[in-house]
Amino acid sequence: MKIVVCVKQVPDTNEVKINHETGTLIREGVPSIINPDDKNALEEALRIKDIHKDVTVTVLSMGPPQAKEALKEALAMGADEAILLTDRAFAGSDTWATATILSAALSKIGDYDIVFCGRQAIDGDTAQVGPEIAEFLNLPQITYVSNLEVDEDNNKVIAHRSIEDGYFVMESKMPVLLTAIKDLNTPRYMSAWGIFQNANTTEIMEWTVDDLTVDLTQIGLKGSPTNVYKTFVPTRKFEGEILEGETPQDKAREFLVRMKERHIL
Amino acid sequence: MSKAKVNQGINLDEYKNVWIIAEQRDGKVLNIALELLGEGRKLADKLGVELTAVLLGHNMDEAAEELVKYGADNVLKVDHELLKVYTTDGYTKVITDLIKERKPEIVLIGATTIGRDLGPRIASRIGTGLTADCTRLEIDETDGKLLQTRPAFGGNLMATIVCPKNRPQMSTVRPGVMEKAKYNVDRKGNIEKVIPNIKDEDIIAKVLEVIKTEKKEVNLADASIIVSGGRGLGNPEGFKLIEEFAKKLGGVVGSSRAAVDSGWIDSSHQVGQTGTTVRPKLYIACGISGAIQHLAGMSESDCIIAINKNPDAPIFDIAHYSIVGDLYEIIPAIMDAIDDADNILKEI
Repeated sequence: MKIVVCVKQVPDTNEVKINHETGTLIREGVPSIINPDDKNALEEALRIKDIHKDVTVTVLSMGPPQAKEALKEALAMGADEAILLTDRAFAGSDTWATATILSAALSKIGDYDIVFCGRQAIDGDTAQVGPEIAEFLNLPQITYVSNLEVDEDNNKVIAHRSIEDGYFVMESKMPVLLTAIKDLNTPRYMSAWGIFQNANTTEIMEWTVDDLTVDLTQIGLKGSPTNVYKTFVPTRKFEGEILEGETPQDKAREFLVRMKERHIL
Repeated sequence: MSKAKVNQGINLDEYKNVWIIAEQRDGKVLNIALELLGEGRKLADKLGVELTAVLLGHNMDEAAEELVKYGADNVLKVDHELLKVYTTDGYTKVITDLIKERKPEIVLIGATTIGRDLGPRIASRIGTGLTADCTRLEIDETDGKLLQTRPAFGGNLMATIVCPKNRPQMSTVRPGVMEKAKYNVDRKGNIEKVIPNIKDEDIIAKVLEVIKTEKKEVNLADASIIVSGGRGLGNPEGFKLIEEFAKKLGGVVGSSRAAVDSGWIDSSHQVGQTGTTVRPKLYIACGISGAIQHLAGMSESDCIIAINKNPDAPIFDIAHYSIVGDLYEIIPAIMDAIDDADNILKEI
């Protein structure tokens, strides 16, 4: 069985700070990580590999050359092979163009039984690339997967698909595209073997646009249907009132008075 | 089936009207559908076009009527046994067929766990752009295109996205942000029954069962008073005080992500970017420093009170009333003051 896991290297958004004077993000010194949901997808693929025979796990990423670091980490966790899609022609891609490129790479890899993505990336939060890949490859999809069983004999998967107030129990034949959420599992750490053997000896393949069969009008900035019109930092020009007082009781009294004045309580 | 293409120089003028996809579960229209009607109505009026609600499901006459009363000019009601429960394959096929046939200019979908599965599948089948989880929609005064604003980087940055060359312009819209449409019992509209072209074998990923988890219902989205606790509580027991305080005010308990991640409270209480977006009458943040991801989910509240030991906590920047102090002293004092309200208010 062949599983391909799509991963994205992202800045750790918990560490992102804003320069209020220039209204821009401060990215310097912000660590890059494997997108958390993608890590859950990878963990699940590795679990399937632990249980079933003859499973290969390929990790696939699109990004700048630095994204190799994320792929190295995936290899250190136990993935069998890693491919980085990197080319200036890919720059500026929105989710449509990104999914176009990733699905071209998946077609080249071929013979996959499961394409596994994280539900969404913490930098963009769109949750669109997974379903768009599924559409381009004409695959059924199950998103928000919180539990998974692979029935290899019958060539199908049974999954719990999380919704706001519960979940669907779903079944699909393979090949299928799945997207993982946090509840699915707890990702393993890199192992010593993984770091010293696998990650250091497995070559990360690099594919450029020339390695793919892809319509050049449908990738990069000019192949993207959506464009960023502007970005801005949320402004909060707002003067609140500090409720002063010597004691907690004084402050509580001020609170009560304001609430009555505003007819809130 | 060959892949659709974008940016092919299509004639944008062929596309007209605003559509919303009205999500129902068990035949009941979700709140987000009413919020989409509220927002869709504004956009349609601005453009001088009609507002259409698309409703898929099985046996939902009442739901269709309700959509009209909440402002839809037209309802496309697609009633079929195979559409009773949401499936990606069934819903994508039916809605894509309708969009291709009737060419709406704008399509809005709720950014629920289902809408975010459906939206990208439709957009990629048609060959158009989709903007995820929008929190603001406007029409550009100069050329009438849809300006779709959404948070990125965990709410640290806002981005306005356009889809200039493809139609329809599609957005998923975050629940709880847009104002609900007004109900008008006398409103009239067209309800059109649509017969879908759908067969059993179209649905590959099948739903075998729908399980409702018996989690204690926390209805943050509809609460008018929310008292939230964060890491400043110091320990999970702190939520007992928060609960007592909320009860006294007739409100519900919310929390920051930090408190959920610490395992102090269930994630169903979480307010913020990755939790629930709320806009209650009164929001009291106790021991919450005010990470952007939390502020993104509550800053639209009518009145915000922040109680925090640290006078520099960012939560104070957006609070209408700031109380600097130890919440374990302030909250009991407030509860006493409420009990003694008549006397206190007489004094002043």
